[in-house]
Amino acid sequence: MQRHLISAADLTRDDAVLILDTAEEMARVADRPIKKLPTLRGRTVVNLFFEDSTRTRISFEAAEKRLSADVINFTAKGSSVSKGESLKDTAQTLEAMGVDAVVIRHGASGAPYRLANSGWIDAAVINAGDGTHQHPTQALLDAFTMRRRLVGRDAGLGQDLSGKRITLVGDVLHSRVARSNVDLLHTLGAEVTLVAPPTLVPVGVETWPCEVSYDLDAVLPKSDAVMMLRVQRERMNAAFFPTEREYSRRYGLDGDRMARMPEHAIVMHPGPMVRGMEITAEVADSDRCTVVEQVANGVSIRMAVLYLLLGGNEPAVTHARTTEEK
Amino acid sequence: MSKILIRGAKVLGGEVQDVLIDGATIAEVGSGLSADGAEVVEAAGKVLLPGLVDLHTHLREPGREDSETVLTGTRAAASGGYTSVFAMANTFPVADTAGVVEQVYRLGQEHGYCDVQPIGAVTVGLEGRKLAELGAMHESAAGVTVFSDDGKCVDDAVIMRRALEYVKAFGGVVAQHAQEPRLTEGAQMNEGVVSAELGLGGWPSVAEESIIARDVLLAEHVGSRVHICHLSTAGSVEIVRWAKSRGIDVTAEVTPHHLLLTDELVRTYNPVYKVNPPLRTERDVLALREALADGTIDIVATDHAPHPHEDKDCEWAAAAMGMVGLETALSVVQETMVDTGLLTWAGVAERMSVKPAEIGQAKGHGRPVSAGEPANLTLVDTAYRGSVDPAGFASRSRNTPYEGRELPGRVTHTWLRGKATLVDGKLT
Repeated sequence: MQRHLISAADLTRDDAVLILDTAEEMARVADRPIKKLPTLRGRTVVNLFFEDSTRTRISFEAAEKRLSADVINFTAKGSSVSKGESLKDTAQTLEAMGVDAVVIRHGASGAPYRLANSGWIDAAVINAGDGTHQHPTQALLDAFTMRRRLVGRDAGLGQDLSGKRITLVGDVLHSRVARSNVDLLHTLGAEVTLVAPPTLVPVGVETWPCEVSYDLDAVLPKSDAVMMLRVQRERMNAAFFPTEREYSRRYGLDGDRMARMPEHAIVMHPGPMVRGMEITAEVADSDRCTVVEQVANGVSIRMAVLYLLLGGNEPAVTHARTTEEK
Repeated sequence: MSKILIRGAKVLGGEVQDVLIDGATIAEVGSGLSADGAEVVEAAGKVLLPGLVDLHTHLREPGREDSETVLTGTRAAASGGYTSVFAMANTFPVADTAGVVEQVYRLGQEHGYCDVQPIGAVTVGLEGRKLAELGAMHESAAGVTVFSDDGKCVDDAVIMRRALEYVKAFGGVVAQHAQEPRLTEGAQMNEGVVSAELGLGGWPSVAEESIIARDVLLAEHVGSRVHICHLSTAGSVEIVRWAKSRGIDVTAEVTPHHLLLTDELVRTYNPVYKVNPPLRTERDVLALREALADGTIDIVATDHAPHPHEDKDCEWAAAAMGMVGLETALSVVQETMVDTGLLTWAGVAERMSVKPAEIGQAKGHGRPVSAGEPANLTLVDTAYRGSVDPAGFASRSRNTPYEGRELPGRVTHTWLRGKATLVDGKLT
């Protein structure tokens, strides 16, 4: 494992499988009455959020607390950042307080990369979403969810997603989730297809390790998992598509379309969902939709990443048990 | 004034000659000239060029003296072998009145390192709506002949047409920063394979090419000449080549960085590589080199764009666009054009001195190295190789993309009308 987690593309197959396996161990902790491990006791993690994101921040915070880390939450609003302080000064200020890891969410693509590679700070950097670039822990929790559902909780251990056909639908152009998933799912052996109107596919996509289709109905019967990406309503003001209705009609997932998917296939969404836009309530609330599971899995994945990056050399849970028995 | 004998230099990279400067002019060019009381500069093995002329420099004064001043910028110019620079109009206040251009012109004269020829804004405040007083700027002491809203595109077709027509009255030229604004909203880098991966807003080639295509057609229609700033794509080259073949009066410039660097460097997210127009692909770089060699692109211009450290020591999206270039331009041209066999030194003199002086009507610059001409000269040690150390820059800013990169060639001497501004690599 590397010292930072900036991009899903930086992970090898073995790194990724190790994170998924570790997350399964972490998930068992969630089933216990006391959901806490002493693994990161005495370590300090700061959640440095320059962009509003309650879900991701809470997920990281839960993961950090379950590992017994000391947690500092920093949001840009109302902080010195809103008074014009630079990313560099903010990061150095936090590090001076003795931080072991920085979880950063930033609106500018590449901000976590800069933080990790500019010599500004020494702490480990975990990318919690940067601009339209990457969101690696999201891709990991998605892969974890797919492996559990499509391979099996126990059968999946040590396994990747070889041969699984994954379809991502929606605003690929503006999506860090799509970029991270394409990279990671390819590394794990899956066959990825992106479906979107041509306006929402980036120029340059031809080098990505995936297929691109403009026809959702043609792809659905050949999908083991269909991940719907959020489409912001304001995109139609910039002429990416004519109207919300037309978008839903061509690229939204409703009950009829879901019926065309193979029986075992699942529907995923990174949230927050725009019901009535890319997904209907019927689909969102169905048993095949894994949205809530994804949220739970997010905590396990983030525990695994924090544990592995902050120097867990021994199996986390075994180690934890012996400590608890004392 | 004193006499200087430059002994044994390869004039324009060709024949070895001695050049005697007497006062402000070249007195004699020949072999075995006698020193006869003149100060002797031993130039064996070095190449003597006419003083370089930069048609595209940002000196930042007035308004952004924290990044550059006329003094520091002209010292950087002298360091890089330049004897004349054209100062872009995007200062604060904008150089859109006779008052501002005269101030910049006079500062250049007072400091004496390099002639400063101000470029006037095409439109008031660079806002693209209303023509600035182009005639007043031309008639001012600064004698402006080049007009540009550089940094912004004159995107309104009617305003561009009128500007092209209007400056004909006094032989001016409009230098267009070709960038279709709607296609480049939020643009952060070249749009292509790398931007798709990095998730940075794309600056598509077509945003440059569509404006160039429109403007050469406008120039043809109204019978004006037009100059294209910092041409950066293979497609733009084809359009200019086509326009020239039709006899349209168009000239074009390329920057040193677009001859050497590609958008692959943006993968580092290091904002020293952030520039407008953005670094393009290898294919574009090769097309630009070929076009500069065959004359489709007329000149090299630096687009020297100084920025304070804090404007680059940050995340990519927050960083300013631009690179300093005056002190590395000739080395980059040697690396990309001379050492690759695409251009001779005479060809470099043509593209970095003669033609830019002609386009901008810089009197006394870009002249032949011969008796009776003004002694604006640059002596280059072409055998030198060294890595770029921004700490040694004369510019107030350090935002170079070449830090630590080994580049060939070093300017050792620069003379402005017979007065040495650079001696043995040191400013006087």
